[in-house]
Amino acid sequence: MNGFFAVYYRELTILRRRFLKMVASMAVSPFLYLIAFGYAMGKSFTIHGHSYMEFLIPGLVAMSSMNRAFVIGSEINISRFYWHIFEEFQAAPISNISYVLGETLAGITRAFLSVGIIIGLGLLFGVMLDYWNVMFWIAVFLNSFVFSSLAVAMAMVVRSHADQAMFTNFVITPMAFLGGTFFPVSRLPVWAQKVILFLPLTHASNAIRAASFGTPVNMFSCLILLFTGLVFFLIAVRVVSMARD
Amino acid sequence: MRLVYRAGNRQVALNRLCLLQVVFGELYNVIRIEKLNKRYGSSHVLKDISLHVRQGEMFAYLGPNGAGKTTTIRILTGLTRLSSGNAWLNGFHVERETLAAKRQCGVVFQAVNLDNELTVFENLNIHGLLFCMPLGERRQRINELVDYVGLSDKLNTSVSRLSGGLKRRLTIVRALMHSPKILFLDEPTVGLDAGIRRRIWALIKKIQKNGTTIFLTTHYIEEAEFLAERVAFIDEGRIVVVDSPQALISSQGEWAIDLMVNDNIKTRYFRTKEEAKHYAEQQDESFSFRRVNLEDAFLSLTGKKVR
Repeated sequence: MNGFFAVYYRELTILRRRFLKMVASMAVSPFLYLIAFGYAMGKSFTIHGHSYMEFLIPGLVAMSSMNRAFVIGSEINISRFYWHIFEEFQAAPISNISYVLGETLAGITRAFLSVGIIIGLGLLFGVMLDYWNVMFWIAVFLNSFVFSSLAVAMAMVVRSHADQAMFTNFVITPMAFLGGTFFPVSRLPVWAQKVILFLPLTHASNAIRAASFGTPVNMFSCLILLFTGLVFFLIAVRVVSMARD
Repeated sequence: MRLVYRAGNRQVALNRLCLLQVVFGELYNVIRIEKLNKRYGSSHVLKDISLHVRQGEMFAYLGPNGAGKTTTIRILTGLTRLSSGNAWLNGFHVERETLAAKRQCGVVFQAVNLDNELTVFENLNIHGLLFCMPLGERRQRINELVDYVGLSDKLNTSVSRLSGGLKRRLTIVRALMHSPKILFLDEPTVGLDAGIRRRIWALIKKIQKNGTTIFLTTHYIEEAEFLAERVAFIDEGRIVVVDSPQALISSQGEWAIDLMVNDNIKTRYFRTKEEAKHYAEQQDESFSFRRVNLEDAFLSLTGKKVR
């Protein structure tokens, strides 16, 4: 298990090297969403007693933590297909679980950084939610865990960087918009609500929003995220071996 | 009495063959491959490869592109699964004791696979961490290695700013970070110019003199001739012959004459220079006169050129 630290340390060193660029790029999309949807369009209406800006920020936290955790898959792909650094890990005496743990933690770290940026942007727009609520951070962690593990698993299975991009286009992007980030899922037809409940991001958005409003978090959502994350993590550990051939 | 051989952190009971080798003063085989096969679907890439490499030996694996050189190295270093057969590194089976086998070796891959964004120090440090080296040991080893290859002044330089030759030297010393018993070099000088190639050869010789066993794949004839104590010719996944470069060369003769016959090159081999000269004087076609090299041995055994 010691090898996980080496994998994680490498990712942290790269993160430190690119810190300013990464922070800037993480801030662009949320900033534009906050201006366009929160400030310009959503000024005049409220949802469940909260301003649209207050409703939007937890959704952006869920979406951004998902996206940033999932980006670790692209980083692995680049190191695997372009730089061939993955071979260095394959030749090292580290177990599959150590490798997956290191990369998953790196994805979670990036996700937490992006959440910090959104909280900061929210404060700039004068929105302060209940960020001291421990359930908020647990929900963020579980959401990042799910998508970071999924990203590592996908990175091992795909045969090219284009395959990974296609998965992002067909799965991650639709989920980002439909998983309760920009509008309440209850406004959709009942059949659509049932479908959307299968998306992990819907549970993450619900849990993060409830915690940031200081209301009780549905523990079922947290359990779903934990279970999904564990399944993806175990799949990732299993499929690392597939990359050997 | 139970004899043991120290391998890494583990003591390995010597099997009967190794025991005989020790008793009769032979060197221990640090790489053993027995009937190794690799198949990708219907393609049979490695066919019954069997060979051994002695401790401290410089062994070259010579063959044309696609012969199976890299696949062999990938199997030995745990990057690819074998289909059948067995292979051991310093007594550890590459499939059954993968992690222990990996600790015995360092690998320099064909492509330079350094972290370009990181510095020389960071690249070496991460490699040390992957092999669980403690901080003090890592720092000491990094200083030793950068001195060894003349990179001391580049320790905090980003790898992206190094030249191709320096990057190649860095990949070689990175593989030595954890003091492996075996160093695998997969085409270590491919794409480098002649001057840099010679400096890499000198470095490889220096590493071997320190007791590291070297397994080198190459398709450069002169590289195998200059560096290797023994050479295996591999062609279409099969070992054709294993012997010393001198023995392989002299099996053809000492001198060669290449004759241009109907737009084809026809080569004749001779034991002495006089014989060759005498033959040349009788020819009407244009010819060139040269010493026999490994390429001739390869051509005669496989019917094709290495490159």
